[in-house]
Amino acid sequence: MKVKLITRSEDDFTRERSQDLQKVFRNLDPSLHPQERAHEYVRALNAVKLEKVFAKPFIGALSGHMDGVSCLAKNPRHLNSLVSASLDGDIRLWDVAYKRTVRQFPGHKGAVRGLAVSRDGEHLVSCGDDCVVRLWQIPGSFVGEATGEDVDVPLATYQGKNAFRTVDHHWNSSIFVTGGSQVDVWDHNRSEPTNSFTWGADSIVSVRFNPSETDVFATTASDRSIALYDLRMGTPLRKLIMQTRTNMVSWNPREAFNFTSANEDGNCYSYDMRKLNRATCIHMDHVSAVMDVDFSPTGREFVTGSYDRTIRIFPYNGGHSKEVYHTKRMQRVFAVKFSGDGSYLMSGSDDTNIRLWKGKASEQLGVLLPREKQKHAYLSAVKERYKHLPEISRIDRYRHLPKPVYKATKVRHASDDAERKRASRKRAHSAPGSIPHTPARKKRIVAELE
Amino acid sequence: MESEIASEKDGTKEAAVVAKYKRGAKTSLKGIVNKKVKRQLVEKEVLFEEAAVTASKVEQWLLPSEGGYLEAEGLEDTRHFSQESIVKEVDVMSARKAFDLSLPDLGPYVQDYNRSGRYLVLAGRKGHLAIMDWKQARLIMELQVRETVRDVKYLHNELFFAVAQKKYVYIYDKKGVEIHCLRDHISPLKLEFLPHHFLLASVDKGGVLRYQDTSTGHMVAQHRTHLGRSGVMCMNPYNSVMGLGHSNGSVTMWSPNMSTPLATILCQRGPVTAVAFEQAGLQMVTGGMDGKVKVWDVRKLVPLHTYFAPTTPKSLDISQKGLLAVASGSKIEIWRDALTSKQVKPYMTHRLAKAAQAQDLSFCPYEDVLAVGHSTGLSSLLVPGSGEPNFDTYVANPFETVKQRREAEVHSLLDKLPSELIVLDPTQVGAVQRSGKENVLAKSSLRREANIANAVAAGKPVAVKHKTKGRDKPSKRHRKKFTNVITATRAKIAEQSAAKAKASQVKPVSEDNDSIPRALARFKRKG
Repeated sequence: MKVKLITRSEDDFTRERSQDLQKVFRNLDPSLHPQERAHEYVRALNAVKLEKVFAKPFIGALSGHMDGVSCLAKNPRHLNSLVSASLDGDIRLWDVAYKRTVRQFPGHKGAVRGLAVSRDGEHLVSCGDDCVVRLWQIPGSFVGEATGEDVDVPLATYQGKNAFRTVDHHWNSSIFVTGGSQVDVWDHNRSEPTNSFTWGADSIVSVRFNPSETDVFATTASDRSIALYDLRMGTPLRKLIMQTRTNMVSWNPREAFNFTSANEDGNCYSYDMRKLNRATCIHMDHVSAVMDVDFSPTGREFVTGSYDRTIRIFPYNGGHSKEVYHTKRMQRVFAVKFSGDGSYLMSGSDDTNIRLWKGKASEQLGVLLPREKQKHAYLSAVKERYKHLPEISRIDRYRHLPKPVYKATKVRHASDDAERKRASRKRAHSAPGSIPHTPARKKRIVAELE
Repeated sequence: MESEIASEKDGTKEAAVVAKYKRGAKTSLKGIVNKKVKRQLVEKEVLFEEAAVTASKVEQWLLPSEGGYLEAEGLEDTRHFSQESIVKEVDVMSARKAFDLSLPDLGPYVQDYNRSGRYLVLAGRKGHLAIMDWKQARLIMELQVRETVRDVKYLHNELFFAVAQKKYVYIYDKKGVEIHCLRDHISPLKLEFLPHHFLLASVDKGGVLRYQDTSTGHMVAQHRTHLGRSGVMCMNPYNSVMGLGHSNGSVTMWSPNMSTPLATILCQRGPVTAVAFEQAGLQMVTGGMDGKVKVWDVRKLVPLHTYFAPTTPKSLDISQKGLLAVASGSKIEIWRDALTSKQVKPYMTHRLAKAAQAQDLSFCPYEDVLAVGHSTGLSSLLVPGSGEPNFDTYVANPFETVKQRREAEVHSLLDKLPSELIVLDPTQVGAVQRSGKENVLAKSSLRREANIANAVAAGKPVAVKHKTKGRDKPSKRHRKKFTNVITATRAKIAEQSAAKAKASQVKPVSEDNDSIPRALARFKRKG
């Protein structure tokens, strides 16, 4: 007879020395792992609950300003430096990691309305209500805390006729564009604007350069328009007029032709530059005007700050926010920025504070061990698989909202529903085809001009 | 030619192995209009295919141990090999796994292995309890409870085991300390432990099935079977459903969520004496007082094969590799490949010494060993090819250290499944199901349509439902009457007009035929 039995030698299956790792053997046969789906469901449920337990997004506040923060600018070269300006003319350079002011740039007499940092991180441009644009030198390294003695003198001062509302710096050359009563293109070395554009007779509210197509920039104006300009052509390209005014525009760093606009009606509209007759996506969740929008460097999400005292993070192609941050002490949010590595947000608000938040509320900060990374990856995959189940989505979707925002959301939903019902009834009781369907993405666009 | 056939066979073998690691068929992407969803599904399917292929390669190349086998040479037959002859042929470490414990005084013995197969607890009817590390022949604990003991079962660890004593269920520690007395389980006959749910199930003399959560201590469910005393119970490891055998020949499947059985199968003529489930939950084997051992497909609830045991089969067990062991009287038969196909003769047989009556059978997990508890003690038999050679450390580790055991306990508690998830088909968790409301609405609408059709066929006026919920103005009710009548008669009219059209179509052809006399029909021009 031929006979053999299962034999296992203890040496092969246990470790030799106590310093060695324990030996692990896997057998992936499904009959040894019964009820996999049930186990995965339980793990997803626990993971979602733990995510809520660990969701502590607020990191700290940078306090120092005496008046509401009007704008923020991040330094493309240094992750830990942030420049902020307030409504009393105070411009500060912060070391974000130590939460302290490194330099102050005094000089503006009224509110500072726009800040921009050049791509090499050397120059800072600021403009304000005192009709002056100033060019400053940003110090390369930070030494000690800011004292009253290191007063900086601007490298250049550019005088204008009217108050300036906004400024943005070119991504490659030493050009910057300001907006006020008209769009002016400046160079560092010239004291007069090299070029000026006027299209319509209204004030320009914001200007943003495209980070990929560096000669294209978008402006928003008080006539509820978004205009696209090209520096190489020296002419404006196209203008899009909506039903309400756009406060800010942000370009998607990963997709050269897509931008998202923050509108007064509480929605954000994403457009494709090549096809402006319809929005690619409408992002709805804010209940009051959206004041600022900024894309993450990944291009997959953007952050918005709104007049309703909340900050929301939206997916770049999703209609609703995936995260909302608020605090009792944070009042109207005027400026938001995603940090250069996409892990943190900075928000400047009416209550003179700049707040630092985590990009992902339940993220574990610091250096993660490989095991921890693997565990987080597994749990996010398992949550993704079962997120459609009601028990899990109920916990996942829950976010505490301040009472006024919660009530306003409900009121808004009720009014939207009523509007929709009214429209459908009107259509049902009219001659078929007399009332056409306008898709929501086109509804808010009034006109497109060339 | 032969190499081609061989490579073809290998190809089908490989495909079979890859198919084992696939969880179900590929989703059909035909009806999906949403491009985003379609793209995601295509990507997922590619990943699943890759995963199945990688898992099959792991099985082929990376597993450390090989399974056992017993082959007869020449005119020999494996069922005539005795344990002594096998022990002589096998290596020293394996020979030590076959032993006989002679304990003639304290009654027929029942036994249980822990999940990794390292520890063995045995209990004699007259109250003798013992735990041993059987591979090293080391006795860990011995205890006399001075009461009738009917069954013993390990809980989630080797540290705790439950004993079905005369009146109640008791839980003891590894050191023999009595930890709990579960007074809710009255006169228990059989115990089972559900490892994924931490549930201890017991069935008693009154035919009541009880589930108790051993991690929180709550009684989860108490079901009255209404089928009398049943001392036959087995858990289906695939879906954690409890199979109970009854004296009227039926086997009922229970879950803690329903007070009625999930399924009932009439298995045997006469009382059911033993039930066993295959590891992957594909087959169930039942033994009855009539001496028959029947194999059932438990997913479709359909009989497959019938075997005959020498006398009443007292106990059945199925090993990890699908070997079926039948204990009847003092004879133990082991059948190989008997579940999927019908076998003519058993793989191995064994007759207990001094006509001891076999009481309980347990295959050791991850070892080629079968433990037989009988009236004069315990026998450990070698059964080559019965155990799974490759264990998974995170499921059961025979070489577990204390630290690993503690970690495993914590992980299994975190992964503990709620009892609501015990259903007949465990792949339904997370699947999309029509809601109860949708089902009811669909049924009611179908019923209404069928009624109208019947009324039209019978030529009756269709009756209007007198609904009083909501706005029920007499004018509305009156208007509804007309709409029903219109549709009914309209349908009738439509039918009649259709019939007329058919009749008018047929006429010209027949008229043509009638005009020519039959005698001259052959001169008629064709076409």
